Amino acid sequence: MATQHSRSAARLMMAPAVFLLLVWMLVPLSMTLWFSFRKYLPLRGGDLGWAGFDNYVRFVTSSSFWPSVMTTLIIVGGVLVVTVMFGVLLAILLDQPMWGQGVVRILVIAPFFVMPTVSALVWKNMFMDPTNGLFAHLWRFFGAEPISWLSEASLPSLVMIVSWQWLPFATLILLTAIQSLDSEQLEAAEMDGASPLSRFFYIILPHLSRAITIVVLIQTIFLLSIFAEIFVTTSGAFGTKTLTYLIFQRVLESQNVGLGSAGGVYAIILANIVALFLMRIVGKNLDA
Amino acid sequence: MGRIQLKQVKKSFGDVTVIPPLDLTIEDGEFTVFVGPSGCGKSTLLRLIAGLEDTSDGVIEIDGKDATSLPPAKRSLAMVFQSYALYPHMTVRKNIAFPMKMAGVDKAEQDRRIEAAAKALNLADYLDRRPGQLSGGQRQRVAIGRAIVREPAAFLFDEPLSNLDAALRVGMRMEISELHKKLDTTMIYVTHDQVEAMTMADKIVVLQAGVIEQVGSPLELYRTPRNKFVAGFIGSPKMNFLEGPEAAKHDAHTIGIRPEHVEVSTTEGLWQGKVGVAEHLGSDTFIHVHGVPGCDPMTVRVGGEIPVHHGDTIFLNPNLEHLHRFDAEGLRIQ
Ligand SMILES: Nc1ncnc2c1ncn2[C@@H]1O[C@H](COP(=O)(O)OP(=O)(O)O)[C@@H](O)[C@H]1O
Ligand SMILES: [Mg+2]
Repeated sequence: MATQHSRSAARLMMAPAVFLLLVWMLVPLSMTLWFSFRKYLPLRGGDLGWAGFDNYVRFVTSSSFWPSVMTTLIIVGGVLVVTVMFGVLLAILLDQPMWGQGVVRILVIAPFFVMPTVSALVWKNMFMDPTNGLFAHLWRFFGAEPISWLSEASLPSLVMIVSWQWLPFATLILLTAIQSLDSEQLEAAEMDGASPLSRFFYIILPHLSRAITIVVLIQTIFLLSIFAEIFVTTSGAFGTKTLTYLIFQRVLESQNVGLGSAGGVYAIILANIVALFLMRIVGKNLDA
Repeated sequence: MGRIQLKQVKKSFGDVTVIPPLDLTIEDGEFTVFVGPSGCGKSTLLRLIAGLEDTSDGVIEIDGKDATSLPPAKRSLAMVFQSYALYPHMTVRKNIAFPMKMAGVDKAEQDRRIEAAAKALNLADYLDRRPGQLSGGQRQRVAIGRAIVREPAAFLFDEPLSNLDAALRVGMRMEISELHKKLDTTMIYVTHDQVEAMTMADKIVVLQAGVIEQVGSPLELYRTPRNKFVAGFIGSPKMNFLEGPEAAKHDAHTIGIRPEHVEVSTTEGLWQGKVGVAEHLGSDTFIHVHGVPGCDPMTVRVGGEIPVHHGDTIFLNPNLEHLHRFDAEGLRIQ
């Protein structure tokens, strides 16, 4: 890519790809922006003309808006904490030489292959059902009153379900990171008098920092938009309405495309704020 | 204090015995080198002493106390690893401070020892860098610094110079030797390079397949190797071995003569051969001579220039004072 000629040739050849990407991104984005400024009610007259900032104002001033932002952040944060913590522990466990390692690893990864709708249904009906769920039986076995998980502890339940799905992903990435740790470093620390706990905090955890960063960033992207789990379990009731779910309700249940689009723009802004904070907090771990 | 004694120490991995029962004493303040070909169990032996591997049998005593089942940290030994094993996310200062931090040494004392180590090892300018920003030689020094500040009873080195280039290796060799003179602490040094062993050791332990072939000072091993293996391993280039009628003349199964103990003549001598490859080192020239009965090729050393060419016939006169004789088992005949 040194000469003038090869540079312009490169630009020419990259142009179609760049163009395609731009169209791919810009068309939906500009359509969302366009609709967010229209009064668009598909079943009640269709496109009823320019709305100015009405949709934006209505979306933000609705009593569901701020709670939904909070719910989104709580679910994302909760799942991140649970998956990273248990992911690190599981990765360390799986790194130990043990009998049947291959089978155990596959079992640990399995939840990742279960579709969100299915896993949410399984959790809802088999584990969390207040009369027939396994948890209810367990509680009764110990003489306690069964909890109706999805109504009384709706957010923790959702965090649990989503964490169960994402734990394999975190474990897998953290396991490969742990395996790349030079065993001589651990031995050196052992000779230097570090207890197993000190070795974990001074050697293993810093070594994992980059992998943890990647897990946090990637999971955040996907967790901001979880939907199926909420739809299947609580349908947004009991304070589990995330921003994504609120937008869904505005567009499909209220049949208000304009309002939903304004919500979509807020969701983009929220995602960017979260991304900005994350990059500030953990981004430096990615520098070599 | 750092007197280390191994009594009938044995190590097996599963069914494979890497080190058959072995006795060895390392005196306080001694610079001992374990030398032997790759895979002979040098590292394993060192790790047994360090406590990073469990012994399968036998007793390890440090300063007269049984240390066989002590954890590594309690043995007051410091180890320098082949990969240096520096902690990549800590600065040089934190790396060096780590063992003291773990031992609960107070801050002022930590700083004092770090300053002293940094000065001794020329690291003062690098204390705030990370290992990734240092050259190989500097990393090596940090690893040594981390070992020094613990003020251990003995230092263990596992092939510490094998990742350095040749010039740096010679320099670090000197530095480690000087360090030993200065600290006067027991050091055990593992290498496969007999030159390192010869130049640094007070005492060399030659190992082969986990068995100690000979223990002695460098010159003892050079002058009176106990068997053919040691004779061939110590000295560079290798000793020449002759079998057959030539050896029989000296009542031996095999005779050995070092390249530096053969005189070369263009006119007359005991053995006759044709000149093959010549290696010119400047001060010396090593000539590979073909056609000497019972030994092909024979390597001989001549000082500086000699007017011979590839294919010339030359004559060789071994210095019989320096002839080594071995029996059919390869043991030295006195
Ligand atoms: N953890 C282990 N498990 C099984 N065999 C091992 C292990 N460590 C070393 N060995 C074997 O022990 C022998 C000696 O190894 P080592 O002490 O590393 O040799 P050296 O350091 O002299 O090159 C080798 O044959 C090696 O394969
Ligand atoms: Mg080794």
